Amino acid sequence: MISISSYIIVAAVLFGIGTLGVMISRNIIILFMSLELMLNAANLAIIAFSRELGVTDGHVFVFLVLTVAAAEAAVGLAMVITLFRNKETLNIDRFNLMKW
Amino acid sequence: MSEYLFLVPLFPFIGFLINGLLLGRLPRSIIAFIACASVGLSFILSLFLFFGLKAMPPDLRIVEQVLFNWIIAGSFHANIGFMLDPLSAVMIMVVSGVGFLIHIYSIGYMRGDTGYGRYFAYLNLFMFSMLTLVLADNFLFMFVGWEGVGLCSYLLIGFWFEKKSASDAGKKAFITNRIGDFGFLLGMFIIFWQVGSLNFTEVMASAPQVFISGGMLITVTCLLLFFGATGKSAQIPLYVWLPDAMEGPTPVSALIHAATMVTAGVYMIVRTNVLYMMAPDALMVVAIIGAVTAFYAATIGLAQNDIKRVLAYSTISQLGYMFLACGVAAFSAGIFHLMTHAFFKALLFMCAGSVIHAMSGQQDMRYMGGLKKYLPITFLSMLMATFAISGIPGFSGFFSKDEILWKSFSSPFGNSLLWAVGFITAGITAFYMFRLIYLTFYGKERMDEKTKAHIHESPKSMTVPLIILAILSVIGGWVGLPHLFGFTNNFEHWLEPVMKNANQMIAAHRVNEAVGETGMEWGLMIATVTLVLISIYFAYLIYNKRTELATSLRERFSSVHKLILNKYYIDEFYGAIVIRPLIYFSLFLWKVIDVAVIDGFINGMASSYDDMSGTLRTIQTGRVRTYATIFLSGVVILIAYMVFG
Repeated sequence: MISISSYIIVAAVLFGIGTLGVMISRNIIILFMSLELMLNAANLAIIAFSRELGVTDGHVFVFLVLTVAAAEAAVGLAMVITLFRNKETLNIDRFNLMKW
Repeated sequence: MSEYLFLVPLFPFIGFLINGLLLGRLPRSIIAFIACASVGLSFILSLFLFFGLKAMPPDLRIVEQVLFNWIIAGSFHANIGFMLDPLSAVMIMVVSGVGFLIHIYSIGYMRGDTGYGRYFAYLNLFMFSMLTLVLADNFLFMFVGWEGVGLCSYLLIGFWFEKKSASDAGKKAFITNRIGDFGFLLGMFIIFWQVGSLNFTEVMASAPQVFISGGMLITVTCLLLFFGATGKSAQIPLYVWLPDAMEGPTPVSALIHAATMVTAGVYMIVRTNVLYMMAPDALMVVAIIGAVTAFYAATIGLAQNDIKRVLAYSTISQLGYMFLACGVAAFSAGIFHLMTHAFFKALLFMCAGSVIHAMSGQQDMRYMGGLKKYLPITFLSMLMATFAISGIPGFSGFFSKDEILWKSFSSPFGNSLLWAVGFITAGITAFYMFRLIYLTFYGKERMDEKTKAHIHESPKSMTVPLIILAILSVIGGWVGLPHLFGFTNNFEHWLEPVMKNANQMIAAHRVNEAVGETGMEWGLMIATVTLVLISIYFAYLIYNKRTELATSLRERFSSVHKLILNKYYIDEFYGAIVIRPLIYFSLFLWKVIDVAVIDGFINGMASSYDDMSGTLRTIQTGRVRTYATIFLSGVVILIAYMVFG
């Protein structure tokens, strides 16, 4: 069998890539995609541990997380559409009205 | 009898309330009636109290009334209380009697003035404060009256406040008084600190046990109290306000600066004579300052041209006599002179007011002359007063001044030098007073035609008080006829219970005195009278018979004349030594400490906060990525702490 550490390493790498994507990307859509990547990496980690321990609690939890992630993506993209309508750009650095 | 004591100051206070609160909008006759009636009632009451006191046996003549306990703070008690003893009985009669006559006089004098109601309100407030001062039974309540008369002096000197010189004079009077009051307060503090009470009877009873006789503490206390007296009673060094105070209406000068307020210092020293008898050094200081002031002020009065200024310096000089008397432990002589002085000095001021009134406001004697035939009543009254102040035998001033001169020579606390200064001053006094008479009433008429047309004798409301005071100036001394003439000195006997201590100490010293005193007393008296007559003759010579002598003497001694005409430049001296440094110090406190240091500190703190926040706010970049980065790095640190720490 594949040892659990492989799953964890994959999840960690995915999480890292997602974090970097959030920190670095200028485009809001890419930022959201990276955010989803982080969430899914966390899901992977939960499933791996759940399988390791032989319980199904993790699987149920992941279902919930996926649902919430989908809802959040929907709301977030709605907000992006509103922002785009106001500013005609997807460059997140342009939205800096809260600057001092 | 004790139930009525508080009414004596109360009547004028009610008069003040009515006239003051209604802002003088009542008709003039009612204002005048209320003011004069309140003082008149006080006078009648004080007469009753005097006779009531007289009916009591001499040792028991103290009547006290406590209205209520004013301050009770731990061990410190001070009451609103009144004490009537022979001394205060004399004072209230003099104060309310002379005050009443001056109120009547003011009706005529202030007739055309717009501030009529305000004037009488202030005058009543003054009477209230003065009567409180002399009737109080403890130092603190007396201080209330003390400050009250200072306040009223300020209000009344600056009565015509639109005139800058008048308001300046009022300020000067009040500030100089306050400097003296500082000394008075310090003296009171020491007394309370040592004795534990401020009540007169308690302090005088326990002082011999609490203080070391002749010691440092009691001497300092007495000197501090005397410093307060120099402010109120215009002695060196705090006399400078009195000549300027002539800016006020003449009845004010008569009442406050001749008869009553300026005598408060003398009263205070006599009241605390027990303390002074325990500090002979302080007594010597009092005597010396009194004598020097008497001489000094008399020399300044010689050259003044304003009729009121001459009288002002004369007041300072006569007050010096009173302090000289106190300083040689002849306290009853001092009070005797206080009483006769009240009569003749008030009369002198009122006559001067009558002259000024007749001369349509002219006060300079160089523009008067020959007024004898126009103002007969004024002339005669003023002549009586001048005889009294010069010490012509038989008149009131003769008896009191002569007693002071004799006591300053013969008392164990006096010496012949003090007598000599008083003796010479008596001569100078006679000279400048008769100079005043000759310049004003005799000789060529030096006024202009317009003024001359208006000259008129004053109305009855002004001349009747003059006549009454003139009679008192003549007979007022007969209550204190000296032993020398074979009479018993009734005045001295009346005041004996108050001066028990002083008389005992004098009697103790006196056992070593030689016999033959009587001859000396006659000799000194005759010498004084001779000097006075010579001075009057010189005044007659220079100012009446051969007036060109006046001009030639003035030219020959021009530098001396200039010195005394300018009051020895003391005002300028004080201005340079005291006032200018104070102003510079105030400017320093303002510009440097207040503006630069304190404001600078506060403003500097504010601007430093401003800079700090200017730096800190750059955290708000407004960029989401920066926020996300910080957020994530915070999480990392937290997890690292949880894993490793």
